[in-house]
Amino acid sequence: MNKDFIDTLTLTGKLAGSTTLILLAIGFPLAYILAYKRFFIKPFIEALISMPMVLPPTVLGFYLLVIYSPQNAFGRWLEQTFDLRLAFSFEGILLASVIFSLPFMIQPLQNGLISIPKSYRETAYTLGKSEFTTFIRVLMPNMIPSIITAIAMTFAHCIGEFGVIIMVGGNIPNETRVASIAIYDEVQAMNFQAANQYSFVLFIISLLILTVIFSMNGKKKILF
Amino acid sequence: MARKKYYSDMLKIDIKRAMLTSEGHTNLEIATEIKSNELLCLFGHSGAGKTTLLRILAGLTKPDKGRIIFNNTVWFDSEKKINLSPQQRNVGYMFQDYALFPNMTVEHNISFAQKIKDKKEVEKLMKLFDLDILRNQHPEKLSGGQKQRVALARALAAKPNLLLLDEPLSALDIDMRLALQYEIKKAHEILNTITLMISHDLQEVFHLAGSVIMLRNGTIINQGRTEEVLGKKPEKQIYNKYNV
Repeated sequence: MNKDFIDTLTLTGKLAGSTTLILLAIGFPLAYILAYKRFFIKPFIEALISMPMVLPPTVLGFYLLVIYSPQNAFGRWLEQTFDLRLAFSFEGILLASVIFSLPFMIQPLQNGLISIPKSYRETAYTLGKSEFTTFIRVLMPNMIPSIITAIAMTFAHCIGEFGVIIMVGGNIPNETRVASIAIYDEVQAMNFQAANQYSFVLFIISLLILTVIFSMNGKKKILF
Repeated sequence: MARKKYYSDMLKIDIKRAMLTSEGHTNLEIATEIKSNELLCLFGHSGAGKTTLLRILAGLTKPDKGRIIFNNTVWFDSEKKINLSPQQRNVGYMFQDYALFPNMTVEHNISFAQKIKDKKEVEKLMKLFDLDILRNQHPEKLSGGQKQRVALARALAAKPNLLLLDEPLSALDIDMRLALQYEIKKAHEILNTITLMISHDLQEVFHLAGSVIMLRNGTIINQGRTEEVLGKKPEKQIYNKYNV
């Protein structure tokens, strides 16, 4: 296996892993608020989070490029404050990936929280437990399959991302060239053997992840 | 284990809350005082407001207006904008489905309820409710009666100010109901405070409750000693008389 192949797969794993970790940190509080709190703009927030599921990736990629541009406020602020340019950089595709994979993390977590009987939460409150303790000790352990599904879906979706990455990151080796981009690039160059190698690896990883998700459906809860 | 109290707890309730029942909109308007540490039964037809009242006392549902005072502590006062959270009220609430945490064993369900961890106290409670041999079982492996005993032991482990039981025996068959009435009585005596229990079963009410609060369409239509409110014998005609 050549170095390019390893580097591309490593970068793909790094992007998917980082996106999943960031989304786990953001996902729990966001899913908790959407599952249990009622507020006026909730339907709008839910619609906004779900947008990547219906929006062409190129649309999101285009708007992100506009926002990243130093000619606009956010891009200028990033450049002046942190000396950071997001367009055509790893950080840029990471942010795009986080936004684009948001519904794949939020929706399983939100559904998992909603499926837990309300009486569990309320009993914990009457026993003097705070919302945080209730979340950690009662809710999370009773939604393990939903958490695994959320992680697996997010990771798998990140690995397969193409449209947003090509728009925001282009095809820069060791920076933005992930496996899905490499497949397209190799096919364009008529290098079908390399394209096949990348495709096979993505195929196997996706199959394994989906097998994990479907095996979770058979287990209502994991006890510990 | 019993709390050494030489005084009676006092619960003053004067609340209003709009309710939506199967028969449409109605108002829950409750004004009463409970002055002795006894087991009271809330009795009335579906939609009368029994569960809503228990939830309001626990702090799980907010009344539209009024006041709730327990032993000189204001739990709720709409005018002064006081509304203590369920955590601050320290009320033992037992749901119809018992709400045992599936991820925890019987022992962990009980110890989780303790404010200050005390393993000896957990052991005592498990012995008292015959849960020793079930200590490492998860709730999904327990029968309805066993779940009820764990839920009672867990409620007691928190040493609550008030015990609220929402139809604690409704999910059980008749033999089990009779056996577990004793467990409820035991829990009430150990706690030595006011226990409010919802029941639709007159035999159960006569066996357990010293007093009864009868609700209809959100208001108290009768309150007093069980025999005074429901008559001497729990016969079938009483069900018809009160349209239950």
